[in-house]
Amino acid sequence: MEEMFLMPLLGGVLIGLAATLMLFFNGRVMGVSGIINGLLSYSKGDMGWRIAFVLGVLAGGLVLNIANPELFANTTERSMGLIALAGFLVGFGTIMGSGCTSGHGVCGISRFSPRSLMATVTFIVSGIIAATGLNALFL
Amino acid sequence: MKQNLSAFVVGLIFAVGLGISGMTQPQKVIGFLDLTAWNPSLIFVMVGAILVHAAVYPLVRRRPSPLLAESFQVPSRREISPSLLAGAFLFGLGWGIGGYCPGPAITSLSSGTYQVLLFVAMMLIGMLVYRKAEPYIPLRK
Repeated sequence: MEEMFLMPLLGGVLIGLAATLMLFFNGRVMGVSGIINGLLSYSKGDMGWRIAFVLGVLAGGLVLNIANPELFANTTERSMGLIALAGFLVGFGTIMGSGCTSGHGVCGISRFSPRSLMATVTFIVSGIIAATGLNALFL
Repeated sequence: MKQNLSAFVVGLIFAVGLGISGMTQPQKVIGFLDLTAWNPSLIFVMVGAILVHAAVYPLVRRRPSPLLAESFQVPSRREISPSLLAGAFLFGLGWGIGGYCPGPAITSLSSGTYQVLLFVAMMLIGMLVYRKAEPYIPLRK
């Protein structure tokens, strides 16, 4: 019960807090795909905070891994080919769609952006299609 | 610069939140997206995040400017475009296949598993390919 409800909720609250702090201090949207896209643009003067954010995420991951490596357990048994395809689709799609779960799903929805609302509904629907479809095929 | 420090701290809190929420475990994400074996726990992640952020967002925007930067840089477009929908659809497919989205993937890099390394490498390639291909894609951005 705790695992199903409390930890996800608490994690979500921290995510919402992080997004709020990003806006309050830096005036920026905490959209991971957008932040990485900005790094790929290599525009002068705009790199520092993006690099710092990514380093913070990496550092957080390191701390989590030391505290409890189980948090990163992957038991999905997806093949290398599927994982590679998944990564490519996520990269390609997030830049084409101008955002991901953090940018559209959290930040965009919180300010009632119609674009983010539609994007979030769309990627949840296609996520359901992919996950349900794949798992149904392999049953 | 102070902006870099705040961005670092934000990244840290974000990653810890992702880890606690279970988003760094792809089977939990896929469990949420797979209707044949539904695990609803991920709904609470988004609910928790949106409740907090949506409640405070208007208060923060009342400020003339952020604390450490000159101005707010929040996207202002409102129209639904073909690229938005097509991109979101493709992203969702990848999310449902792999169980990772960008934030959890970067957070998981410290675990060093080949799945995460492969996913992130391909994610970056996908991003670069779209950026190069964009002028030739006949969809309104």
